[in-house]
Amino acid sequence: MPPTKTDVAPEQSSPAQEAEPLSIIGKPLMKVDAMAKVAGETLFADDLAFPRMVFCKMKRSPHPHARILNVDTSKAEVLPGVLAVLVGSELPIPFGILPVSQDEHALCLDKVRFVGDPVAAVAAVDEETAEAALEHIDVEYKVLPSIMSIEEALADTDEPIHASERIDGNVHKAVTLQFGDVEEGFAEADVVREESFFFEGNTHLPMEQHAAIAVYGADGKMTVWSSTQTPHYVHRAMAKVLEMPPSRVRIIACPNGGGFGGKSDPFNHEMVVAKLSMKTRRPVKITLTREEVFYCHRGRHPVKMWVKTGIKKDGSITAMHFRSFLDGGAYGSYGVASLYYTGALQTVTYKIPRYKFEGLRVFTNKPPCGPKRGHGTVQPRFAIECHLDKLAEEIQKSPLDIRLEKVVEPFSTTANQLKIRTVGLKECLERVAERSDFRKKHRNLPRGRGIAITASSYLTGAGLPIYWNKLPHSGVQLQLDRGGGVTAFCGSTDIGQGSDSVLAYIVAEELGVEVEDVHVVTADTSLTPVDLGSYSSRVTLMTGNAAIQAARRLKPLLLDPAAEKLQVPVERLAMAHGKIFDRQYPEVSMDFAEAVVLAEAKHGTLGSTGSYTPPRSRGRYKGAGVGPSATYSYSACVLELEVDEDTGWVKIEHIWIAHDVGKPINPLLAIGQIEGSVYMGLGEALMEEQVFRKGVHKIPSMLDYKSPTFVDMPPVTSILIETLDPQGPYGAKECGQGPLLPVIPAVPIAIYDAVGVRIDETPVSPDKILKALEGRLAKPTVPEYDFPPPAEVPPMREDS
Amino acid sequence: MKHLLNLSVNGEPVEVAVPLHHTLLEVLREDLRLTGTKHGCELGECGTCTVLVDGEPVLSCLALPIELEGTEITTVEGLTKDGRAHPLQIAFAETGAAQCGYCTPGILLAAKALLGRNPRPTRLEIQEALAGNLCRCTGYIQILQAVERAAAADPADYTKPISV
Repeated sequence: MPPTKTDVAPEQSSPAQEAEPLSIIGKPLMKVDAMAKVAGETLFADDLAFPRMVFCKMKRSPHPHARILNVDTSKAEVLPGVLAVLVGSELPIPFGILPVSQDEHALCLDKVRFVGDPVAAVAAVDEETAEAALEHIDVEYKVLPSIMSIEEALADTDEPIHASERIDGNVHKAVTLQFGDVEEGFAEADVVREESFFFEGNTHLPMEQHAAIAVYGADGKMTVWSSTQTPHYVHRAMAKVLEMPPSRVRIIACPNGGGFGGKSDPFNHEMVVAKLSMKTRRPVKITLTREEVFYCHRGRHPVKMWVKTGIKKDGSITAMHFRSFLDGGAYGSYGVASLYYTGALQTVTYKIPRYKFEGLRVFTNKPPCGPKRGHGTVQPRFAIECHLDKLAEEIQKSPLDIRLEKVVEPFSTTANQLKIRTVGLKECLERVAERSDFRKKHRNLPRGRGIAITASSYLTGAGLPIYWNKLPHSGVQLQLDRGGGVTAFCGSTDIGQGSDSVLAYIVAEELGVEVEDVHVVTADTSLTPVDLGSYSSRVTLMTGNAAIQAARRLKPLLLDPAAEKLQVPVERLAMAHGKIFDRQYPEVSMDFAEAVVLAEAKHGTLGSTGSYTPPRSRGRYKGAGVGPSATYSYSACVLELEVDEDTGWVKIEHIWIAHDVGKPINPLLAIGQIEGSVYMGLGEALMEEQVFRKGVHKIPSMLDYKSPTFVDMPPVTSILIETLDPQGPYGAKECGQGPLLPVIPAVPIAIYDAVGVRIDETPVSPDKILKALEGRLAKPTVPEYDFPPPAEVPPMREDS
Repeated sequence: MKHLLNLSVNGEPVEVAVPLHHTLLEVLREDLRLTGTKHGCELGECGTCTVLVDGEPVLSCLALPIELEGTEITTVEGLTKDGRAHPLQIAFAETGAAQCGYCTPGILLAAKALLGRNPRPTRLEIQEALAGNLCRCTGYIQILQAVERAAAADPADYTKPISV
């Protein structure tokens, strides 16, 4: 028999518990929704149907820029099968994801700003009737000159795309940030290099077309199911536009059939079906066509960049001056954040003691750009890695060593006042170099074959919310059922990355139950505590920490009656594999379900909540809100390729990628995120582009918008680096976005190693390679622009 | 004007009254409520809506049901036999091959057709057989691993209950 009194010192609370072996975290488990997905049971937004449901179609502008003179819906309204027609004046309140960019309307009021901008909508008994009714809506336009490039946007105009006191012509936002005297840094340098780059716009192309269904009930409440990554932000925008109390609006994010940032804005079609449901008093559904998804966009901004860097002979950077010019498309979207992101993380990868950033975002008559995987940091990373490769060559230093020597210090603060925590980049670089035999191959492969090494960093969750508040960024609520089931409620949204699984794994780990005994209820603004959404690689860290807190608050309620019953000191009890047991004598145990019943008898109904807010950022300057993160992930990539000099065709032979993931919650899913990031990066590097001709999208179809297929994907060696970050749950950082960043610059750098030509723009397509080989490829340029004087940089906050 | 069609879907005879221009995709999803079949473009470009007709992959967004009377149509719902998952389904779930899972039904069926005619395909043969199916999440690698794993399993072995 075990002793019944305490004969060991009570253990400390959480640190000691963390020292227990993990039974779920770190294991390559199946996702909690995997079987439903392979069975075709997962219900995406378009899979939902309701009794009496009707269908919506939207009438879209055929002009890139025009004034709306008149919208006549009278003929459409009387068509058989048409239940309601909606025009812009019925939803006059503007919205937008950022508080500073409330510039969109559910349906255009006075102007259309790109081909595809909606002017009217119809609800009808079926899609065909709705579509036919659009032909009977007469819109009279006065066509205006269209603005299709950054240069055109900077020219004088009497007809800016947005007329607002806050906007100068078509300049949405211009910023200057300076940290230290860069001119002094350039004077100290042995080599100063300056050059321009161009990153073409491209789009998310999620396999699922956006869909939304609104049900305005007889109880006066509005419920909207949508393929959105950010139900909380849709909730806010929806209540505002409908002029309804938010307490009567409920947004449910369905599982997303891929997001990549393309479903993170509140969208006009969501507002439109809601209003049409109010008008018809019937459920209203819309599913966008693939062409319409190209018009929704919010994808990668086309960015022109100029960078000037001073380095010493030893390779250390003395100063960097970076300029970016973003082609924003027709609306604000996340654009102000995107703009700052093109300047924010330069200093998070390599040590840059003096840094200046000037950035500009303009409006053009194209679908609005916004966040795509790696939001705003992908374009500058492309420029900087290519630039650094040339600098390394100039001072005759290995591109591996020049990177290794300037990796940021762990637990340091950057020139732009970002707090760095753990840094696994050196190990990432060393591991990919070793596995690929980089040192031996670089500059030594036969002509036509080349190799490159690159590095990068990314956020693990934006440090600040999109609208200013002091509330938690993520909340988790737990409820226990008497059979031993645990339900975890959280606003987080599974877009395929596995956030529902991460939530279940963590709750199961903490409470010692099987993953199968955890039920997740997520992404429902009426049922679940707020989580800000699936963007900025924030969910594992923030939801994970909230889940740990909720579970650790619940534990004492369960352990206390269990200790009484088992007559074991509570400190000696552990929870694992569905049991509560004595660590010394594990056979002294009870089932988790029995403990739940005892605890409910003792304490009443059981439940707990946990929440998470990232650490306070240090910077106080204007613009300091973009860039801070609880911790940063790091990635390094080696890419080997072959170039056919007759055709310009590139074959990627192999990619080695190492990612500092902190600690993989599930290595199988982490590898899946890395491989998916590599794939998406390759698509952007080699072929993907969202381009326009005469105001019209050139290729709004999946056939013509080229993306890599099964046969294009090269072998990938993925390496997980663990740094056990103190901020992350069990030490975890992000892995869904960071590994995309180093892949894109590795392509042109390896092409240079292979055939000796530099291509400083994306996509690196065969025609550009041939032009470069023939010496006919023009160098990218940037426009002239007078940036504002630098914003004042007050002293940092104390380190928290 | 609706026409009465007699189809065989997942081994079950079904009678539907539909306009003749409605595609198989529409009839499956809207009339038969077999929403496991997804769509990504409805133009025959992405492979998402792939189903099997007499064991061969067909893009349901381009197929007309009137032409399919007398054939056997298989959707993802028909992969499960007697409540047990197909080895491909198990392999996809265990390998992480379904991230968002939206392209998964179409790829499962294209892979089933491949394994039907070539039970031990090489990686290149799998890549070529699935090249018409786009996936934006996985980078394809875990899907390739899953198909290889299923091919290595006994193809007739429906081992696990669907509710693993």
